[in-house]
Amino acid sequence: MSDIRKERAQKALQKKALYGSDIDLKQFSMSSPEESYEEDLSKLPPEMAGQILSAGIETKEENRSATYLQKNHSVIHCQTRQDGVEVLNIDDALAKYDWLHKYYWNMVSVDQDKYTAMAYLHPHHGYFIRALPDTKTILPVQACLYLEQENLVQNVHNIIIAEEGSELNIITGCAGSSRPGKGLHIGISEFYVKRGARLTFTMIHNWAEDMEVRPRSAALVENSGVFISNYISMKKIRSLQMYPITYLRGKDALVRYYNILVSPKGANLDIGSCVYLEAPGSRAEVQSRAISTGGQICARGRLVGKEENIKAHLECRGLLLEKEGMIQAVPELEAHLPGVDLSHEAAVGKIAQEEIHYLMARGLPEAEAIAAIVRGFLNVDIVGLPRELQSELNRVVEESEKTLL
Amino acid sequence: MLRIENLSVRLQKKMILKNVCLQIPPGEVHVLFGPNGSGKTTLLMTIMGFPEYEVVSGRIIFQGEDITSLSIDERARRGIGLSFQRPPTIKGLKTGHMLEVCNRSHQDIDPYIRQLHFEDFLARDINQGFSGGEIKKSELLQLLAQHPQMVCLDEPESGVDLENISLIGDVINQVFQKDWPAKRTKCRREIKEERQMAGLIITHTGYILNYIEADRGHVMIEGTIACGGNPREMLRNIKKVGYEECVRCLI
Repeated sequence: MSDIRKERAQKALQKKALYGSDIDLKQFSMSSPEESYEEDLSKLPPEMAGQILSAGIETKEENRSATYLQKNHSVIHCQTRQDGVEVLNIDDALAKYDWLHKYYWNMVSVDQDKYTAMAYLHPHHGYFIRALPDTKTILPVQACLYLEQENLVQNVHNIIIAEEGSELNIITGCAGSSRPGKGLHIGISEFYVKRGARLTFTMIHNWAEDMEVRPRSAALVENSGVFISNYISMKKIRSLQMYPITYLRGKDALVRYYNILVSPKGANLDIGSCVYLEAPGSRAEVQSRAISTGGQICARGRLVGKEENIKAHLECRGLLLEKEGMIQAVPELEAHLPGVDLSHEAAVGKIAQEEIHYLMARGLPEAEAIAAIVRGFLNVDIVGLPRELQSELNRVVEESEKTLL
Repeated sequence: MLRIENLSVRLQKKMILKNVCLQIPPGEVHVLFGPNGSGKTTLLMTIMGFPEYEVVSGRIIFQGEDITSLSIDERARRGIGLSFQRPPTIKGLKTGHMLEVCNRSHQDIDPYIRQLHFEDFLARDINQGFSGGEIKKSELLQLLAQHPQMVCLDEPESGVDLENISLIGDVINQVFQKDWPAKRTKCRREIKEERQMAGLIITHTGYILNYIEADRGHVMIEGTIACGGNPREMLRNIKKVGYEECVRCLI
């Protein structure tokens, strides 16, 4: 721990975040007993296995190239099944690779707010996933952060590196025990997509109802690199705020963000996506689908064009299914040069009666008609998403739809 | 099949239909002529049961049952099918999935999909960027999947180019069992007697009659059915003297 960073972090421990409700960090416990390592994931307690499955994590590991599983503050499973793919506990990785320290807290600063400060001062592992140059993983790597202990804070730090010419698919499932209980998850994630690499990162949140979650992440994409980030949160969660940033630093770099957000009554989601287009030919697309069934959603987006010949589009569509809910779309476009092409599109409202009647005229009862429209609304065609991930995504969305409707 | 008795309908505080009476027996296709704004679409929408069309008096009897107070979906499940003139786009709902949703009785509609050259549209969002002709084809396929007892078509020729209109006309004739297949085992009388599907087609121009067979025509003027008769004869006269003659009949 460097002294300068430590000092900065300590000073920032009271610093409120720009967005989201302020959380009193003192209410959470910082200590958790060490859990035993589990070689065989089929021996996990059924409740935990079910909760992580809903976040896209397979205990059979059949269709996965590697698995990282952390429970509370303990890494309970970490295994790689494919050459060229490394999956390690971040602390082991930092001990193993000196060079990794340059990637650690490189894009997220320790004094961004009290949550980053907390994560720096009290780290509780996290994962390191790396695809070696020109390695192609077809089967996704799965990583899961599970929080079971009541009133616990879980601070993780993740680093993902797709080396030059590699192809890496990751499913990260964040889940909590279904028992009601408070908890706080702070996740620092730093993504590095090297020249010509392709990283698809799908994060599925299946937290317990009373959780507060503050991810802080940033990505750097080099020449011709492709970063696809999918985020799904469809369950009730007390509060979740994040505003991940991608820096497109290399020529022809590309990022696509897809967010599928559902906010049930009592939930509060504040989710943004920010892209800095800093190299010629770079492109970005941000798509959000937000449904409120009584909860709050703020969908932010910010595109900053700093180079010639860049193109980026922001789209947010919101659907209010209940009177109590609220959806806010806040798109921001910032052009620093002529010759940048930035656009946005936002629409928030209720389901058009005309669409319901159309389906009813085909014989569907009203409730089924609404369900079909909602299903369509959530059906985002994610360009370039591998088939395995798409089917996993469909499965998770379909499962959540059942509770939603 | 369908009997409409003294139907008066209000839309947004304005009376549109006044004392409409109409009867369509099973196996018959009727055409409803009339100038723009005469209430033709209102009649179809009321038969289908859209709640904004308020029935002030009268009844709609379908297959012996009073359906005047049934909801849209209940009417659809009893066998009324409607092709929309301007159906809404539903984003994310694929046309292929829409056809499955309509297809409660597992009809094989693949031959029709091929006949209408519609294979490439199944993966597209329903009605998203569809041309006039594509909408008609999609609506027809949905009706074929739905397999109703009675089909209501709202201006099936509007916005369709010449090439597609005969294709669409062919399929409509098949729907109404008015098609005489070249290779057939049954005699014409048998085919005719088997016809059960009833139809009500709205047409402003009458152009569709060049492509499909209809049994009877009606003219609607100012929310009332002015007269009925042989559809081709009526169309010829309407083309000659316009709808003014029908207005005169009403007075």
